[in-house]
Amino acid sequence: MTTLTDAPETSAARETPARRRRPVDRLPYLLLLPCLVVIGGLLLWPLGQVVAMSFHRLNNVRQLRGDREWPWIGLENYTQILGDPFFLTVLRNTVLFAAANVVLTMILGTLVGLLLNRLGRRMATFVASCVMLAWATPALTGTIVWKWIFDDTSGLVTWLFNALPDGLSQALFGRSDWTGYGWFNSPLLFFSILTLVVVWHSFPFIAVSVLAGLKSVPSELHEAARVDGANPWRVFWRITFPLLRPVFGILIVLSTIWDFKVFTQQFVLAGGTQDRSTFMLSIYSYAEAFSPPPKYGLGAAIAVILTVILLVVTGLYVRMVLKQEDEL
Amino acid sequence: MKRVALNGAGLLVALFAAFPVYWMIATSLKPSRDIFSATPQPVPTHPTLEHYREILTGNLIPGVTFADFFLNSALVAVATVVLSGLVALLAATAVARFRFRLRTSFLIMLLVVQMIPLEALVIPLFLMIQRLGLYNTLPSLILTYLGFSLPFAVWMLRGFVAAVPKELEEAAAIDGASRAQTFRRILFPLVAPGLVATSIFSFITAWNELIFALTFINDQDRYTLPVAMTFFFGRDDTAWGPVMAASTLFTLPVIVFFLLVQRRMVSGLVAGAVKG
Repeated sequence: MTTLTDAPETSAARETPARRRRPVDRLPYLLLLPCLVVIGGLLLWPLGQVVAMSFHRLNNVRQLRGDREWPWIGLENYTQILGDPFFLTVLRNTVLFAAANVVLTMILGTLVGLLLNRLGRRMATFVASCVMLAWATPALTGTIVWKWIFDDTSGLVTWLFNALPDGLSQALFGRSDWTGYGWFNSPLLFFSILTLVVVWHSFPFIAVSVLAGLKSVPSELHEAARVDGANPWRVFWRITFPLLRPVFGILIVLSTIWDFKVFTQQFVLAGGTQDRSTFMLSIYSYAEAFSPPPKYGLGAAIAVILTVILLVVTGLYVRMVLKQEDEL
Repeated sequence: MKRVALNGAGLLVALFAAFPVYWMIATSLKPSRDIFSATPQPVPTHPTLEHYREILTGNLIPGVTFADFFLNSALVAVATVVLSGLVALLAATAVARFRFRLRTSFLIMLLVVQMIPLEALVIPLFLMIQRLGLYNTLPSLILTYLGFSLPFAVWMLRGFVAAVPKELEEAAAIDGASRAQTFRRILFPLVAPGLVATSIFSFITAWNELIFALTFINDQDRYTLPVAMTFFFGRDDTAWGPVMAASTLFTLPVIVFFLLVQRRMVSGLVAGAVKG
């Protein structure tokens, strides 16, 4: 009997000497082969290459094509970066940005998830649909729209600030005319707007996941707690959070990974790679490698540092998923 | 009272989430003088398609229109979807239907590989594309996006394949169907909805990607939409009408596809297939 399935339990139960000598089924390996070739060639091999490149001085595209030598310089790229105070600034920006975004995304996403769970059916559907819109919008166009909202002449935010009573605006911010105000000029403002854009893009995923988790919790638990007079804050921390702890763990790790390597939003909001004061690791690596003069080796070393940081976080993630999925 | 507060909060969330999308579409439909008027108009009171006409018919560079970029993007995305769907289906079948050594190792690898920061691979993939002589060609992007979309596609499809009851295949096998027939006649039709959902994710990955397209393509007539948008519109911040029209045309297919997948994911897949 040939079936596509051979579950271990059944074959073990019926194991006879003849069966045990049956040759290994090669079909699954054959089916897996194209996938392994693609992942090996397009993800794992380049990952090895980026490490190799980081040990060489590569400042010319001809070297990449193989027309010129690759001078081996050992750890020089790394010592150069780690000794550069600018790198430490970029690292600090990246870590602070990721931390702020993870916290804000988690808080907003969880609140919206809890809210969706409490709303009436039609209202919940309406709000969820709107939230989906933010999720579905591509990073590129979402960022372009926010850029338009913060436009310094006709943008909505500029208009809002202009609409403030002059005296109040003067007292609060020291100016009353906001036309021409460069919203992206100071790093702090730039990162704040970038945070707004990234949180807007990423809170829907958290909200929907938290909602899905809440639906799986028996509602009697909450009702019992409420009947006993517990306030919402206590209900959340004593009942909801402990029950959903695994979900929250995975969401936090995933958000950390995503927020650490934000690129498109940063690139579009900054209008390219000229403004070094707003760099974070991924865009720093890209700019070193591809803006003239090219420094592929140096860019590769930064990419390796970014990857190592993320691999540590990924290790946590994999451990959590393995704990969740007993049937893997 | 509490109901009112909850609904109010709900409306605020809806406004925050949906407003930028609404504002994009609204702006794209306003004539320029309304876009740049001192007081913003909440709704397009003089709706016009002039910006759409401008980007669709105007030549951004001699001989190249917005439609060409649209076509480049569609070509790359569709090729990615077909290749990645095919490879992922084979791998997902292997993982969901067979028990073999290294199976768990493969699944763990799949998880880890999904977490590789793709931004860190721009430099080595640029090297690879240069070596293969694919620089400045659309296949360089198809190849790249295939690698990016595959791990998630396998991960997702594996669930869909596993959801098809084994009994169906066993019944077909008892009736004398070969493995290939069982795959084609039983498994494939039942997994097809899952394949559609997975394809949409691959499509969105390829359609939205910016960095690699920016790096691997040099000739302007080969730009994909995201590159064209950053190149032609990213710098000239004053032409918000055409920019919003282009953004709308770029975004709408993604939103439609995305909402399709969302529904597909919730609806039960093969409920009742065993009994029927």
